[in-house]
Amino acid sequence: MQVVSVAPVEIERTESEQAPFAVPDPDIPWVTIVHNDPVNLMSYVVYVFQTYFGYPKEKARQLMLDVHHKGRATVSSGTREEMERDVQAMHGYGLWATLQHDK
Amino acid sequence: MTGLFKRAHGGGAQLTLDPIEASILRNLTVQMLELIGPGPGGDSATEEYDPLAALFTEGPSVPPTDPALARLFPDAYAEGPEAESASSEFRRFTENDLRAKKREDALALVRALDAAEQDRRGRPVLKLDPAACGHALSTLNDLRLTLGSRLEVSEDDDSLYRLPDEDERKPLVMAYLWLGGLQESLLDVLMS
Repeated sequence: MQVVSVAPVEIERTESEQAPFAVPDPDIPWVTIVHNDPVNLMSYVVYVFQTYFGYPKEKARQLMLDVHHKGRATVSSGTREEMERDVQAMHGYGLWATLQHDK
Repeated sequence: MTGLFKRAHGGGAQLTLDPIEASILRNLTVQMLELIGPGPGGDSATEEYDPLAALFTEGPSVPPTDPALARLFPDAYAEGPEAESASSEFRRFTENDLRAKKREDALALVRALDAAEQDRRGRPVLKLDPAACGHALSTLNDLRLTLGSRLEVSEDDDSLYRLPDEDERKPLVMAYLWLGGLQESLLDVLMS
């Protein structure tokens, strides 16, 4: 039996979900932001970015430095549901994180 | 010289404490557990525990008034006209789980401290398997967030680290710095 799909073809976007450094895709309008705070150890923040997001050490370290020096950094992007999961996980680790529509 | 975490034989980490340090660490962790409070089902260690209430009770919709708790359970939305209502809804559906996670982390550390055997000099040796390392790492961070909030730690003001001995905040500052050293050494073990 031949199955005919009437659903519109979805655009594959797994690449951009794994590459939050890339220019945000207008189709993926939510981001997770980690804010600087005076208590969390720099090494701990790197550990969390490596462990939870699976980022390589250099990228995790660069994101941590952005948080530290710029006060905040975008650490992931995706659907609103995905970002709510990431924010909840960050709060679980004790990082101060929020999600918002990307601008 | 206080003890630091070292790699344990067969994976995980271990820490030799003196008895006073072990009791300080346990007391701070228990105090934080009391601050976080029991879940909606009550204390899971007692017979009154209600697992259904734990599953179906919604979380709070406003941030905690205590500054340390507000730091442990922050708002999820900060910008935009609907930040407050979105934060409120997020909190209702996630805060109970988050409190449960932080309780489990802290209880795991208390249990590991209670199970610590003594070395030949009578010092408790805290042994953590890889899973327990994760719990301990989170709890050490939560303890530092709690103390840091009480002490109003800031990046621009290092006067806390030069307090005279008679200042009533001094013991908490010492504990805060000590916990930082412990956390850093546990991270060294986990990242090496």
